[in-house]
Amino acid sequence: MSAEVPTGVEPAAPAAIAGEDSGPDLAQSIARELGDRVTAVPNHCGELSYEVPADRLLEVAGMLRDGPEFKFEICADVCGVDYLQYGLAEWKTVAATASGFSRGVSRVGASSETIDDALTARPPAGRRFAVVYHLLSIALNQRVRLRVFCADDEQPIVDSVTAIWASADWYERETFDLFGILFRGHPDLRRLLTDYGFIGHPFRKDFPISGNVEVRYDPEKRRVIYQPVTIDPRILVPKVIRHDNRYDPQLTATKPNG
Amino acid sequence: MAEIRNFTMNFGPQHPAAHGVLRLVLEMDGEVIQKADPHIGLLHRGTEKLAETKPFNQSIGYMDRLDYVSMMCNEHAYVMAIEKLLGIEPPVRAQYIRILFDEITRILNHLMWLGSHGLDIGAMSVFLYCFREREDLMDCYEAVSGTRMHATYYRPGGVYRDLPDTMPQYQYSQWRSNKDVDRLNERRSGGLLDFIADFTRRFPACVDEYETLLTDNRIWKQRTVNIGVVTPERAMQLGFSGPMLRGSGIEWDLRKKQPYDVYDRLDFDIPVGVNGDCYDRYLVRIEEMRQSNRIVEQCVAWLRANPGPVMIDDRKVRPPRREEMKGDMESLIHHFKLMTEGYSVPEGEVYAAVEAPKGELGVYLISDGANKPYRLKVRAPGFPHLAALDEMVRGHMLADVVAMIGTQDIVFGEIDR
Repeated sequence: MSAEVPTGVEPAAPAAIAGEDSGPDLAQSIARELGDRVTAVPNHCGELSYEVPADRLLEVAGMLRDGPEFKFEICADVCGVDYLQYGLAEWKTVAATASGFSRGVSRVGASSETIDDALTARPPAGRRFAVVYHLLSIALNQRVRLRVFCADDEQPIVDSVTAIWASADWYERETFDLFGILFRGHPDLRRLLTDYGFIGHPFRKDFPISGNVEVRYDPEKRRVIYQPVTIDPRILVPKVIRHDNRYDPQLTATKPNG
Repeated sequence: MAEIRNFTMNFGPQHPAAHGVLRLVLEMDGEVIQKADPHIGLLHRGTEKLAETKPFNQSIGYMDRLDYVSMMCNEHAYVMAIEKLLGIEPPVRAQYIRILFDEITRILNHLMWLGSHGLDIGAMSVFLYCFREREDLMDCYEAVSGTRMHATYYRPGGVYRDLPDTMPQYQYSQWRSNKDVDRLNERRSGGLLDFIADFTRRFPACVDEYETLLTDNRIWKQRTVNIGVVTPERAMQLGFSGPMLRGSGIEWDLRKKQPYDVYDRLDFDIPVGVNGDCYDRYLVRIEEMRQSNRIVEQCVAWLRANPGPVMIDDRKVRPPRREEMKGDMESLIHHFKLMTEGYSVPEGEVYAAVEAPKGELGVYLISDGANKPYRLKVRAPGFPHLAALDEMVRGHMLADVVAMIGTQDIVFGEIDR
């Protein structure tokens, strides 16, 4: 076989660590070309991350694909995120010594303490569902991440980028299936991963991990039937959020080796 | 004359050539495919949602079960994402061990692919040859982790334990002659590195054997040359990665372009195809096996010369050794906290990608500062490949669908997740 015959695009030279090498340049070009269309999201891992308003997504996506200093030919990933329980712990360590932690604890909404938490800590309207895009440029060897929040929590909807990157087709179908986020202009928005006739969107945070229905064979009806789940949901390891001084940005800024 | 209509045909989910549980609804005009609609999700286990309910370390085992023929590469992407968020770096020896096993995994995956792809389009014997070598590599997995497939060997901060000095031995039994057992055990008389070194010496000749069977085989060429051609522009537009992208002539490999761990210290080449058809992708993967063999050789040489720790010395991530726990209260507390609650990962989001045998396997991790991931998304390489199946098979014959599924190296564990 003839190796090393470059056809199509000429790939970029390897960068030592791509995120860091191309980072500052790309950040500057994005600030210059896209201006106020995007908002930078701080990231301590050295990755470039931007938030895009839903109504400017297609414009920004088009510029990122075609701009000479961007050339993001590949849409590597599209996924949904549900921020409903972001930053909510299942177990408050302050009060826990008195009450202990039972295995039968239910998720947010069970005890009065967590209900208050859920109401106050619930993300503000229009900040619950987000769609995250990971873009990759082969020509310039750089990556960027875009995040778009859906304005309406009840019926989240964003524009489809399938016309810009064909690979977004199935990713958007998957996001619709798992999160119920609609994509305006998608050619064929059907469920992808869940069963035929499935009800609900399983990756939403308010969808229980054990699901709502189970199947079993009914010997009387002589067929497989659906019925409400019979198992009790339980949490084996509670979610605990600990404040760790080693990761405190204010402390690590003054003390680099924290 | 009767009206001529297209014929709709169901392919799978129990078809042996569907590589697992793929259901394809094909719209046929005679024997020519007009449209293919893959129905996936029959193996959907909700891995990402399950990972949200468990401490970080407890999900490593799930990663093996994503792409269940390239197990350790999946783990690699996951632990790399956690390491990036924690801001830790494993010791160099652990990085070499990871790359050693990434490349062993790549050979494992490509052998599985070659065998089943051959079987799909009519070359029975290749399968038997491939599985002969796979068996040896499975033994490496077993020696290092105790299991042949789902190793759960990588950890954030390194690997679970150092390479063993002994290999598991075959026992005398009624199923094998004692002479055979002695022959098999002779290779296993040294440590794991000796066994792998022996394998790397034998393996190039094995690849030659596969090539004798296929590369110039007339039937093989008839079934693969000019089948499923993807242009470089389309390959990028469709989100391809790995051999599917390189087969179309784009020189792109994360191991070279965005090197992780110690890939930048190793010497290897990236094979690239020209025509973007099934045959070129076959050649690319064959050459990748040879290159992986080279990398394994270099790793073995380095690992022999450089003993050292294989796990980061960070008490907040690494569980203490059992001997320490017996006499040291601090270690006991750390062990208890790490085993019951796990470690908390600082708030933030990260995308870590490795060059898995099938392409770019990325892990997108969002942490809200808890001991469990807030959201985990696995970017499986096979997912965009299968999404492009419709475009690739249009206008081809029914028999070519099988060749196309084979060339995409489909594994449903990672596509359905």
